[in-house]
Amino acid sequence: MAKREIVKSDKDYDKLVKEASPNSPIVKNCIKAFIGGGIICCIGQFLMNVLSSYGLVTEERNMAVSVILIGIASLLTGLGWYSKIGRFAGAGSVVPITGFSNSVTAPAIEFKKEGFVMGLGAKIFTVAGPVILYGTLTSIFVGIVYYFVR
Amino acid sequence: MALKVGLTSLKFENGVNIKSVSSVAGTKEGEGPLKEYIDILVNDNLYGQKTWEKAETEFVKKAVETAAQKAALSLNNIDYILAGDLQNQSAASCFGVKDFKRPFFGLFGACSTFGEGLSLGAVLIDSGCGKNVMCEASSHFSAAEAQFRFPPELGNQRPQTSTWTVTGAGAAVLSDEGSEPKITGITTGKIVDLGITDANNMGAAMAPAAADVLLNHFKDFSAAPESYDRIFTGDLGSVGSKLLIELLREKGYDIQKQHRDCGMLIYDSDKQDTHAGGSGCACSAITFSMIYKRLLTGEYNKILFMPTGALMNPSSVAQGESILGICHIVMIERQV
Repeated sequence: MAKREIVKSDKDYDKLVKEASPNSPIVKNCIKAFIGGGIICCIGQFLMNVLSSYGLVTEERNMAVSVILIGIASLLTGLGWYSKIGRFAGAGSVVPITGFSNSVTAPAIEFKKEGFVMGLGAKIFTVAGPVILYGTLTSIFVGIVYYFVR
Repeated sequence: MALKVGLTSLKFENGVNIKSVSSVAGTKEGEGPLKEYIDILVNDNLYGQKTWEKAETEFVKKAVETAAQKAALSLNNIDYILAGDLQNQSAASCFGVKDFKRPFFGLFGACSTFGEGLSLGAVLIDSGCGKNVMCEASSHFSAAEAQFRFPPELGNQRPQTSTWTVTGAGAAVLSDEGSEPKITGITTGKIVDLGITDANNMGAAMAPAAADVLLNHFKDFSAAPESYDRIFTGDLGSVGSKLLIELLREKGYDIQKQHRDCGMLIYDSDKQDTHAGGSGCACSAITFSMIYKRLLTGEYNKILFMPTGALMNPSSVAQGESILGICHIVMIERQV
């Protein structure tokens, strides 16, 4: 076999690969995520304060803030800016609701080219689908636990 | 006639002439260190089309036309077109060459396709089956991202070991006459599988295949690294290059002085945020323009050109199969 001529075993090679592969700069990425995510949350808080001053009650206000953030992120995705923000902020722009919006809009833009039904329609949740499915299942599970443990 | 040398190599006694070489590339490549060697720089990765896939088709067409033009040949004089790309069922190549109405062999060798094309093209010419053969390979960053990873507009960070798929196409016309640099031998790679499953570390998956074929080449031709001015791997990137050098060092060969990687030449990884380097069929195919020019000017006399490929598809990766490596060596000499 060809591979035995190169290294003794897959394990040996794994070790070599680990040594040769640079790690992601975790500390730097964490700081950038903190800044990026922090700014997004500050914008959310700002919107909350503004909407409160217009007299919206808590529930309406929270929903309005989500809708506005989702709308802005979707627009920025369409303009090609959110991927740049994402490259800088990483988890900071993935975790907030704006990241969810991006993960739905990005496939929508890409697969619209394959038609509205089998393209956009079928593939819009290729990235967000797992979050929706397992998020829903988890909430059902937590709901059942809450019902009995309350 | 071609001579079988050793177990995996062929030697072309008279050499197969590389009559012309062309390259067409996208925006990011046009901002990179190789821009002066690229024939046509397109400042629009959609190339005036509606989709990335159609854009890649345009890159293919343009590369083929330009190579024929530079060889002063009409496309009717091309006996065969050998082409491949990364799209499902090599769609970009098929659509790209259909209007030329020439006999066509579609190739798939992942990012090693250009090496596969040059190898087979040289065999066709040397065996007298054709006077002029067109070899072409292409890739497109966004088409590859959408197919293998995520839609391009998704805002995520790429790991340090990942590479950036080159957007563009490269082509070469091989001919039975002329006094340009010649293909004097090929060593055909075997599939090597060392169990790498990380699709974001393809350099690691391909390095063993490159090491294997290079060891075979040295054996078959009784050669050593010093026999060549340069040894160009396709798209190992910084991680794969490190591994290749290490694997060969263990076998007693030091190629550090001669080795260059097309993936590390095509972008400036610090300024262009490409991490480990460039990849894709077009990576080696476009860099070949630079190599060819330096052969013409006499900067190099004898080189090895060895495009590397990671063989897999999205399903095989998702199902946990390892990523297979392959690499083909094309030996090119300025004068025979």
